[in-house]
Order: sequence, then structure tokens, then C-alpha cells
Amino acid sequence: MKISMSVNGKPVSAEVETRTLLVTYIRDNLRLTGTHVGCDTGQCGACTIHMNGQAVKSCNILALQAEGADILTIEGLAKADGTLHPMQEAFREHHGLQCGFCTPGMVMSAVDLVNKHPNPSEETIRAELDGNLCRCTGYHNIVKAVKAASAKM
Amino acid sequence: MHAFNYQHPKSVADAAAALSKGGDAKLLAGGQSLVAAMKLRLAAPTDLIDLSGIKELAGIKVEGAGITIGAMTRHAEVARSEEVRAKIPALAGLAGGIGDRMVRNMGTLGGSLAHNDPVADYPAAVLGLNATVNTNKRKIAADDFFKGMFETALQTGEIIVSVSFPVPKRAAYIKFRNPASRYAIVGVLAAETGSGVRVAVTGAASSVFRVAAMEKALAAKWSPDAVAGISVPSAGLNSDMHASAEYRAHLVTVMARRAVEAAK
Ligand SMILES: Cc1cc2nc3c(=O)[nH]c(=O)nc-3n(C[C@H](O)[C@H](O)[C@H](O)COP(=O)(O)OP(=O)(O)OC[C@H]3O[C@@H](n4cnc5c(N)ncnc54)[C@H](O)[C@@H]3O)c2cc1C
Ligand code: FES
Ligand code: FES
Repeated sequence: MKISMSVNGKPVSAEVETRTLLVTYIRDNLRLTGTHVGCDTGQCGACTIHMNGQAVKSCNILALQAEGADILTIEGLAKADGTLHPMQEAFREHHGLQCGFCTPGMVMSAVDLVNKHPNPSEETIRAELDGNLCRCTGYHNIVKAVKAASAKM
Repeated sequence: MHAFNYQHPKSVADAAAALSKGGDAKLLAGGQSLVAAMKLRLAAPTDLIDLSGIKELAGIKVEGAGITIGAMTRHAEVARSEEVRAKIPALAGLAGGIGDRMVRNMGTLGGSLAHNDPVADYPAAVLGLNATVNTNKRKIAADDFFKGMFETALQTGEIIVSVSFPVPKRAAYIKFRNPASRYAIVGVLAAETGSGVRVAVTGAASSVFRVAAMEKALAAKWSPDAVAGISVPSAGLNSDMHASAEYRAHLVTVMARRAVEAAK
């Protein structure tokens, strides 16, 4: 079937099999490999992107469910001149990543979190990030980074 | 995932027609349970009928002494709705505690109820608040809707359109959640409604159920102490690596006491 959507501000369309997952379309068709697949079962949040401004897990959605949608992936977060988004900058500044595998999903989820809860408390950040798993950092610096970014967003 | 045909109808009538075409057609709401099941090939429908384009299934309306919520309303919308938070805070809180923020942005009320996962949260709200499930064919009372594990009163070709929740005098939902999956190990909704006191338990058994002894005690006196000494038998309760049947039975009393306390 034919699908069309906007990804990081650019219109895209393609002929796909109905069973194509959104994450497969993003990674394999569009070659935007910043969106990661960790668990492929909707548990880990590594595949988090924004669909019409809402954070969602792209491994648990069909590409067809995103027909006509505005999609934002980690590649679309920085400015065209390379200036990082405040959330990305804060993750770097506060050492909110180690291996980096969870980071794209963590950052996309955190941006949605701050959009909906401006100036979140540490408790809110921890509660609202529980759909994103990180095997490296112990979360502490991630929470610090989100807190710092929220002051600048 | 097996291949399937995909349809995107614009009305409930068109969706019902597509559903009745034969084959193994299934409705798709948020896909948070169904797409996951299809990936595991636990479900392999021949046709998927996506409900997301049907306007009559969306939205939250205050109607008389209740709130009617469209089947395609996402958990996150219920959680942040001013109307729901003002009139039935227990329901907004329950929706806000489902899964995680990404699941709440996709998952829907209708999908959760039709799926009737034994450990899902919404069934406790529908049964505990004495809600009515409105389908394209009839109105189904909460007491008649949940039939067993992943089983409901819905017939082939029947589509949940909305759910009407009467506003309770007081209500609270407390869940002891599985820290990994976030589903309820045990969740209890205790409510004083226009039609009496209701205590609904999810997570503990094969399907949501009411605890008559607790309801009677709370009708006599609404106080946490009234339920503290009442326990449900552990025989027949769920038992898995997360909690034994005995532990779940214990949790039912503890969650009920906390829910009554919170709904003071
Ligand atoms: C990581 C994760 C954590 C979760 N944690 C929780 C939790 O803590 N608590 C909880 O309660 N749930 C939890 N869920 C489940 C989530 O709430 C699902 O959204 C919900 O169970 C199904 O809703 P859906 O809209 O995604 O339905 P779908 O997956 O699209 O559909 C589910 C079933 O309902 C049928 N259906 C859908 N809409 C209708 C309708 N209008 N009429 C008739 N039949 C219909 C479909 O055909 C299908 O059989 C979790 C899910 C995930 C992935
Ligand atoms: S890859 Fe999507 S949630 Fe883990
Ligand atoms: S930085 Fe390695 S998984 Fe999070």
C-alpha cells in the first residue's frame, strides 16, 4: 500500500507491505538509523519517536498507522546548522549516556515529557521516563540532564 | 507478522460492514496489544480495520450525571482531561497510571476493554464505577460485560462506540503494579456510587471481579477498617513468578483498604 507522511519536516511517501512496522520504515526505507530497536516488544523505549507531537514506540505501530502524520525522529531535533537541541546538549553536558543505545529514545521521550510538564520535579521525571530502559547509566545523570534541559526549553 | 489487508473506514457503519465480510477480520485501535500479538503471531487476522479515522469514536463528553468517553480516546487524553479530573479523579488517575507515557499516547479505552487482559486497569474502573459499554448494537451493563480471561460479552461484528461513566460520590483506584510491565499485580477500585458501594478487583484472577463482603461492610460504614479484616480466598487466583495466589489474596485486602482511605 502507498503511505505518505512528513518526517522531520520533509514529505515522504513509499509503497510498503501492510505489515511494515513504523520503525522498519524509518530505519530501512528512510535510512534514519538513529531510532533504535532494543527489544522489539514495546518494553524498552529505544524506538521512541514523536507522531503528531506525541511520544510513541515506533516498534509497536504499523507504518500505515502513521499515514498523513507528522513524524519527528532524533535526526530532526538539532537545528540545520548542527546546533543541538537543549535536551541533547544537556545529555552531553551531564553525561546522561554511556553506550548511547537508549539515548535517542530517551531524548525523544524526555522532550515530550518536558513539553507536557514544564519544569518537572525529579519525581515526575523518574515516573514519566519509566517506559525508557537504560542498562548503563543508572538513570541518575539522565534525570539531571532532563532537569537541566527543562530550564532551557 | 503475517500479511493482511488493511482498511481505514470513516464511519462505524463502514467498519461494521468491513468486519462482517468474512475472513478473520479484526479491529485495530491503538495497536498496543494487537500489533504486539501479531508480531508474535499470536494473532494473524486476514483483515485489519483501523478505527483511528472514525470521528464518532473520539472525544469526552459530560452528559447529565456522567461522562461519556469515546472508544478511541487515548489513555493520555483521559488522564489529562479537565472534565474527568474534576468529576471522576479516580478514573483520570487510573488512566495516567497505565503502562508508560508512550503506551498512554496510543492505547485506547475501547481497545483495553475489548481485550480484557486479566491484569489491565480499565476493567476495574468500568466494573467499579458501574459504567455502561455502548456498542453499535446495544448498551451493555458493566456487570454483564466481562466474561473471563480475554473474554467479553462482545459478539462477532460488535464495536465498542463509547463508555458512559456515572459520576460517583467518591472513588479511588490503587494498584500494586508490576515494576517491569506496569500492569496490575492487583488493582482495586472502591467507589460509593448512585447505585451503591462497589469494590472491583483486577489483576488477581482470570478476569475483573467484585467483592460482595467488602461492599456490604463499606455500605454500613465507609472506613478503611471496615475492609481490613475481609479477605478473598486464594483458591483460583493468579499465581506466577511475580506473586503467588496467597500473596495476591493478601494484596486485595491491602489495596482495598488503601483505596477506601484515598476515597475518603
Ligand atoms: C509496554 C506496555 C505496557 C502496558 N501496560 C499496561 C498497564 O499497566 N495497564 C493496562 O491496563 N494496560 C497496559 N498495556 C496495554 C495497553 O493499555 C493497550 O493499549 C490496551 O490493552 C489495548 O488498547 P489498544 O487501543 O492498543 O487496542 P488494540 O491493541 O488495537 O486492540 C486490542 C483488541 O481490542 C479490539 N478492539 C479495539 N478497539 C475495539 C472497539 N472499539 N470495539 C471492539 N473491539 C475493539 C481489537 O480488535 C483487539 O482484539 C500496556 C501495553 C504495553 C505495550
Ligand atoms: S524497541 Fe520499541 S520499545 Fe523496545
Ligand atoms: S547509555 Fe547504554 S543503555 Fe543507556
